[in-house]
Amino acid sequence: MIELKNISKTFHDRKTKVDALKNINIEINEGEIFGIIGFSGAGKSTLLRIINLLEEPTSGEVSINGRNLLTLKERELRNVRKKIGIIFQQFHLLSSYNVFDNVAEILRMNGVSKQEINKKVKDLLLLVGLEDKANQYPANLSGGQKQRVGIARALAMDPDILLCDEATSALDPKTTDSILKLLLDINKKLGLTIVLITHEMDVIKKVCDRVAVMEKGEIVEQGTVLDIFSNPVQETTNHFVGNVYENMITEEMLSALRGDDPSYILRLAFRGDSALDPVLSEVASSYSVTSNIVHGSITYLKGTPLGILFVHLSGDADKLKQAISYLEEKVYRVEVIREISGKPKEVLV
Amino acid sequence: MLDRMDELAPLFGISLYETLVMVIVSLVIATIIGIPLGVLLVVTRPNHLYPNKWIFQLLNTIVNIIRSLPFIILMLAIIPFTELIVGTSIGIRGAIVPLIVYIAPYIARLVETAFLEVNYGIIEAYRGMGASRFQIVIRIMLREARPGILLCMTIALIGLIGATAMAGVIGAGGLGDLALRYGYQQWDLPVMFGTVIILIVLVQIIQSLGNYFAKKLKMSA
Ligand SMILES: Nc1ncnc2c1ncn2[C@@H]1O[C@H](COP(=O)(O)OP(=O)(O)OP(=O)(O)O)[C@@H](O)[C@H]1O
Ligand SMILES: [Mg+2]
Repeated sequence: MIELKNISKTFHDRKTKVDALKNINIEINEGEIFGIIGFSGAGKSTLLRIINLLEEPTSGEVSINGRNLLTLKERELRNVRKKIGIIFQQFHLLSSYNVFDNVAEILRMNGVSKQEINKKVKDLLLLVGLEDKANQYPANLSGGQKQRVGIARALAMDPDILLCDEATSALDPKTTDSILKLLLDINKKLGLTIVLITHEMDVIKKVCDRVAVMEKGEIVEQGTVLDIFSNPVQETTNHFVGNVYENMITEEMLSALRGDDPSYILRLAFRGDSALDPVLSEVASSYSVTSNIVHGSITYLKGTPLGILFVHLSGDADKLKQAISYLEEKVYRVEVIREISGKPKEVLV
Repeated sequence: MLDRMDELAPLFGISLYETLVMVIVSLVIATIIGIPLGVLLVVTRPNHLYPNKWIFQLLNTIVNIIRSLPFIILMLAIIPFTELIVGTSIGIRGAIVPLIVYIAPYIARLVETAFLEVNYGIIEAYRGMGASRFQIVIRIMLREARPGILLCMTIALIGLIGATAMAGVIGAGGLGDLALRYGYQQWDLPVMFGTVIILIVLVQIIQSLGNYFAKKLKMSA
């Protein structure tokens, strides 16, 4: 388990002072894929590099499996690092080595025998699907293939943790998908804990179990990917989730929806294939309210669908309240995002 | 010129031999000093593998001072030092010491440039995988910088040939000495032109070989 406690990092340039990280707290469980998302400059790379102490925090504590890394001597720290693989957006392969040697070099540095290296590298190249490219040089590989070499190299020392710094940001969508699939694959096969940073929510959706949203050096929201998607709270999160209802629910729509009675716009999130139709018609009949779907979408989180519906519910004020609590029981997540007051009653003189 | 071939051939032969001895001996020794010096000029920088302001500033200053002196002045200025090291300040032995002092910082600067071109991301990648800093310098940086280092050795070698010619002033022998004695003092034009041609050919060969091998190293890269 990776634990970051009260991590702060301040960079001092000649004149300026940058607070890249401010009091960050994260716990990452063994075997999970943890995502960190944020805009450029949010501090993601700095945070990732703190996990293996490529960057030392100004204050705070970094521990892995209960061991505080900041107290270790260089030698001990190196041993810990051997069990933490890292891959980069720019791959950072050795241009003067072929694919085989790129993977093998770190093994040689650790005095692994020749036969073992041969076997290990072959296995790794097979795992990443590059068994026929062992003699190629990085300059002759595509971006996706380079990243596969990066992954094979990162796995050479049988790490428990894999850190990914924007590993797919330099790749096209199709290649991105194939690399993400590979990451999921090794997470499952090898039980590897993966920490990845990205600015693309798509990456988080496809592979992560939990996610932290970063903004200006702070974590503004964290939780399971399901929670973050079904109920994003912070503005940045909403932005990444693509949950900008201001755009979907316009003033014109609101005035069109305004009736004699007060009404609500609800945001319903439902998981898996649980059908929503029966629930909505049930609500309509048992509480005599009218429901209208204003907007709907389905997102896939690690392959499991999550439906988001915006529903306009109108009717008698008391009945509405009951209807909403009924929905709260039946539906994964219910949030009232707008209350529309009824038209003012015309007063007869 | 042809009719004097019998007389001139051995002269050119000996001079070329002397030049090559001076060049090779001083190049080898200067490389042994210059490469580590160049490496230190990179790794002692702030935020690099062995950050050390004092060592960096010290080496940087020494290299700058020596690099700002023309060879002929440097050679004369360090005569006491040369005598201390090899017991004489003239002849081939007397020339080799100033040649080393002159070219080692030059090599250091060129190696520094080649090293700085190694992407720091690669260094971080290996640091992140638990490689020691020493392993990174020896097995990663030196290897990645090889084509660049080879090209700078070529440049250094050519610079060195120029400097050996000037060493003729202290009677070091070699092609410079030949050109000085026959070409300049006796206005013997054939000897002068012969020297010029040999030097041109020599430099051409070195440059072509350097380019060829650097390209080969890069191709495998
Ligand atoms: N070595 C450094 N020296 C000074 N400032 C730095 C250094 N590294 C990062 N910073 C600053 O810290 C802040 C966070 O940088 P970081 O690279 O962690 O952001 P990021 O979220 O990874 O951004 P991106 O998506 O662009 O990679 C930025 O303002 C950056 O300028
Ligand atoms: Mg970054």
